[in-house]
Amino acid sequence: MNKIFEAKDINLAGINSSLLEVNIGPQHPSTHGVFRMNAVLDGEVIVSLKPVMGYLHRNHEQIAENMSYAASMPYTDRLDYFNSMSNNLGYALSVEKLAGLEVPERAEYIRVIMAELTRLINHIAVIGFLLNDLGAFFTPVLYAFREREKILDIFEEISGSRMMCNYLRFGGVKRDLSPAILERIRGVVTAFPRFLEEFETLLTKNEILCMRCQNVGVLSPELAVNASITGPLLRASGVNYDIRKVDGYSVYPRFQFKVPLGPKGDVYDRYYVRILEMRESLKILDQALSTIPAGEIMSKKMIPFLKSPRNFKPPVGEAYARVEAPKGELGFYVVSDGTPQPWRYHVRAPSFINLTILEDMCLGQKVADAIIILGSVDIVLGEVDR
Amino acid sequence: MNIMDTEKVKTDIEKALGSVALKSIRSSLLIENAQDLPKVAKFLKEDAAYRLDYLSSVTASDFIEYLETVYHLYSMEKKTGPVTLRVRVPRTDPKIPSLVSLYRGAEFQERDNFDLFGIVYEGHPDLRRIMMWEGFEGFPMRKDYLQEDSETLESADVEWLEKNGVKVPEAAKAKAAELRQQGKRALAERRVEDKG
Repeated sequence: MNKIFEAKDINLAGINSSLLEVNIGPQHPSTHGVFRMNAVLDGEVIVSLKPVMGYLHRNHEQIAENMSYAASMPYTDRLDYFNSMSNNLGYALSVEKLAGLEVPERAEYIRVIMAELTRLINHIAVIGFLLNDLGAFFTPVLYAFREREKILDIFEEISGSRMMCNYLRFGGVKRDLSPAILERIRGVVTAFPRFLEEFETLLTKNEILCMRCQNVGVLSPELAVNASITGPLLRASGVNYDIRKVDGYSVYPRFQFKVPLGPKGDVYDRYYVRILEMRESLKILDQALSTIPAGEIMSKKMIPFLKSPRNFKPPVGEAYARVEAPKGELGFYVVSDGTPQPWRYHVRAPSFINLTILEDMCLGQKVADAIIILGSVDIVLGEVDR
Repeated sequence: MNIMDTEKVKTDIEKALGSVALKSIRSSLLIENAQDLPKVAKFLKEDAAYRLDYLSSVTASDFIEYLETVYHLYSMEKKTGPVTLRVRVPRTDPKIPSLVSLYRGAEFQERDNFDLFGIVYEGHPDLRRIMMWEGFEGFPMRKDYLQEDSETLESADVEWLEKNGVKVPEAAKAKAAELRQQGKRALAERRVEDKG
């Protein structure tokens, strides 16, 4: 009766220890949408992992090829629905490059302000969701969403919609910012560092977070460059490549900011690089808000086309423009044949291409770690599947 | 950003590789023979003056007479770019050598182009459909692709519905039988766009 159970009592004969194939997703809360990971496990260790996508595929590119240039602008909101302003910016830049349009200075400043506010929203939400994946169920994400909501309120006031903003136009922006709105944005920017401090006190040196994230899913800089990885994922691996600095599009060269880099390229570095990037975004916002000039918000050349978008016919040619979206390099490739519709419209989606190395990062890790590695890649399925 | 002069890139490639036929089109380089692509990409990636180590985008276009793949190369090391390469292949039997062994970043993008345009990238380690499901027929991004008409039933649909106890109207059945007899599928009419 008091006999202690011993390992040698287990009869292992006849027990088959073959590999186990597990489908994580497509309907799983940790895959951040309808995404499937086809994992092969040896015990709890991953020996193969194939990402399966396309559940949300709607052939966004063909939809855009069947309508006028301006009509695709609201559709770009639906790519990465967290960052509609950055998507608008990428598309507007590519068409402006194609048609050779100049953008008034005030509009450029407004664009930068919107793009940086978007970066704050994205990074704060992705850190919240990463904590969700770690098992801190919904408390950090609600702190994050409380702050995000303040920025979304501003978006709602200027564009009429919280998330699907559709605010930028070719050659400018849809509406001007009133002094009252600028004051509100200033308020958010001044209050945000305090929230970041609070968030960091809870997280950055948190023992559980450190143990779960450090040395997990390490990505070497060589592989990151070779696999076309961009955004915070690349910079966490220590590669200094930020398109705001390299291309200097819009008015970014006028602002002082640093490019935070991670020393190791693990999940923790990706978390911390995002925190630091938010601080840099706040710096850019602060400078942009204090130096925003008065003036036009729309190129004179484009005003007639606002009411008759099908008369807008860029000259025959092609353009590839890219922006540093919060998830990485967002590129738009547009080919014009001189008609009101683009002949070819292609989106270089950062979260789609960042998934290339998901398997490399997960091999040899536990299943629970694969979930946080995916969380640290930061994908949105609207953009992956297009 | 340091914008590269296409003519200079062209002369440099010709000097180094000799036999490669190149043509510059709208600040990009057309490689006349698709089989030369890996050679050119390898030169641009490894040459000390270029070091184009980052393949930003791989995309295809359908120009009716031919299919085209466009590569945008940048250098992360030197922060320069882009150099745009393009390769044209005929619509029947479109084959381009894969760049995955040089740039891992091409892996999903080439699969995407294979799926939507039907361009076969030779030497790709895992060339499967990525967006559409297995067993899907046709290439949706080609300009002559016709969508299925979701309103019209085909005979296979009628069979399935009846097996599952759904009453199918006689008119729909007759239409399905007619289509089957003609050996046609139920395809949607192409929307006529005003190109004016």
